[in-house]
Amino acid sequence: MTTARIDARFAKLKQEGRAGFVAYVMAGDPDRDTALEILKGLPAAGADLIELGFPFSDPMAEGPPIQRAAQRALAAGMTLRGTLDLARDFRETDQDTPIIMMGYLNPLLSRGYGTFARDAAAAGIDGVIVVDCPPEEARPLAAALDAAGLSLIRLATPTSDDARLSVIVQGTSGFVYYVSVAGVTGVKEADADEVAPHVERVRKASGLPVAVGFGIKTPERAAAVARVADAVVVGSALVDEVAKAVERNELVTSAVLSKAESLAKGVRFARTGQPTKTTV
Amino acid sequence: MPLVHQLDAAYAAAKADPAFQGELRSFLTHYVGRPSPLYFAERLTEHFGGAKIYLKREELNHTGSHKINNCMGQILLAMRMGKTRIIAETGAGQHGVATATVCARFGLPCVVYMGAVDVERQKPNVFRMNLLGAEVRPVTSGSATLKDAMNEALRDWVTNVHDTYYLIGTAAGMHPYPVMVRDFQAVIGQETKDQVLEAEGRLPDAVVACVGGGSNAIGMFHPFLNDEGVRLIGVEAAGEGMGTERHAAAINGGRPGVLHGNKTYLLQDHEGQITEAHSISAGLDYPGIGPEHSWLHDVGRATYLTATDAESLEAFMLLSKLEGILPAIESAHALARIGDVAREVGPGGVVVLNLSGRGDKDVATVAAHLGRTI
Repeated sequence: MTTARIDARFAKLKQEGRAGFVAYVMAGDPDRDTALEILKGLPAAGADLIELGFPFSDPMAEGPPIQRAAQRALAAGMTLRGTLDLARDFRETDQDTPIIMMGYLNPLLSRGYGTFARDAAAAGIDGVIVVDCPPEEARPLAAALDAAGLSLIRLATPTSDDARLSVIVQGTSGFVYYVSVAGVTGVKEADADEVAPHVERVRKASGLPVAVGFGIKTPERAAAVARVADAVVVGSALVDEVAKAVERNELVTSAVLSKAESLAKGVRFARTGQPTKTTV
Repeated sequence: MPLVHQLDAAYAAAKADPAFQGELRSFLTHYVGRPSPLYFAERLTEHFGGAKIYLKREELNHTGSHKINNCMGQILLAMRMGKTRIIAETGAGQHGVATATVCARFGLPCVVYMGAVDVERQKPNVFRMNLLGAEVRPVTSGSATLKDAMNEALRDWVTNVHDTYYLIGTAAGMHPYPVMVRDFQAVIGQETKDQVLEAEGRLPDAVVACVGGGSNAIGMFHPFLNDEGVRLIGVEAAGEGMGTERHAAAINGGRPGVLHGNKTYLLQDHEGQITEAHSISAGLDYPGIGPEHSWLHDVGRATYLTATDAESLEAFMLLSKLEGILPAIESAHALARIGDVAREVGPGGVVVLNLSGRGDKDVATVAAHLGRTI
């Protein structure tokens, strides 16, 4: 089913001997039409996977950039159903780029896990990351997603020791998201040397590709992390472009896409000269 | 998660350690001023003409509310865990003041997150925290009230977990906080039980407490859970009325959801977005309620009533005039229903109201609502 899209994408990246670039954008930020334009432009800008944030009123794991993105999206009327509609529209022009929805549990609980999972699968979503749902509490959600053929992507952090990792990776698929810093999104900067051994640990525990995110803002930093991870996630730096462009009354789509392009280049060519290095 | 597991294990060990319990008891006696009196409110009883009304005088604790019970327990735990920096969230400022107080007492740096809106309406408490050496950080995200202060404290905690202890003030949040805060507040109900037995030779017919997050109420209720003859009555803040959207009654006006790591009744829209709570009392101005209250409601063991801003103001003035006690505007919500409860129980019965805080901090708010300038 749909998880196949994630697996196929990581297999392709492995074949190309490079890390993937995962672009995080918030659904409906700053408005629906612009967000759709951005989404549609991301694959050409070099995004190998897309993380599509669905807004929540109380995003406690986010730093100021994504908090504000969620507030802009909510103010513009974005909803969970609206997020799925965006994905469906995106799928009209792209059948290969995996879309992972990322957000918080309450909107999913409010909709009903089963309904959400079926609608998400129908909209062309491949996986879901729920920041405030620990594995201990994830069974009902995981079962619903599983039944619809969607991955529940798990988060591992610097404080996840080996015992914890074995709990985190149980029954997971697609990839594992490694949170590279202790903290919230978009504040501290990730250090590739510190990240490397953790990525290896998570790979070993899960047998899955590892995407690294939180604290990666520049093409240089993205490139450094791309040398040690299977994919690099950038979110705050992209949604910051939305904020800046809105503030300056500039074109939002081109601002975000050109930022995405420079980050994607950093990731894509990070390993040039060392093509034999394999991942996974 | 590893950090809450670590806290859970540390708390379980402390709870079972007689040395920890002894130290806590000693500080509660000599620093907090426990036990707090159980006072027979004779004139209030006469006024309503029903059951005898007793007040559990938590407002007489050091810092003027029940909040210090929990702060004392948690700071001893934090030091036991080797943490060197304390953070907290606060709404009305009562928990912030209590946290700043214990931090001063034990010489630990303290950062209190407080919604910018609350900073504005609770200035005396902000200054009080500053006097105690705490740094108050106004939170402007979201609705800039208690829930946002909690979000910000959580962000700080995950960022600085190596040396920082998050001292949550109410019986909500992720496990083990609801259990731990309840345990530290259960001293209220335990003392009440002993005191009412001594005064009346029997258990009360009902105990009544206001509920925001619900720490004072769960502390009062918990020791009575197995005493089936004792009715447990919580009073939620109905703000401008339950017919409006401006209230803070999670059980009476919300539905189950997940926020801040616990599943409980929440104020939320049909999309599962958390909506703003509204109450005259900053301490009840939270869109959720402790998960144990939700459970007590679901199984029918406790009853949750509501009181509006206007009813609470009236109760505030009634207690001030009849008993010479200025109640916290939070506690005044429970007072607003005590007449109904006392009359329902009837003469010959006994009810206990948990007077969780004192009202000095609310004098300006009350004056403003009366159209007076002070």
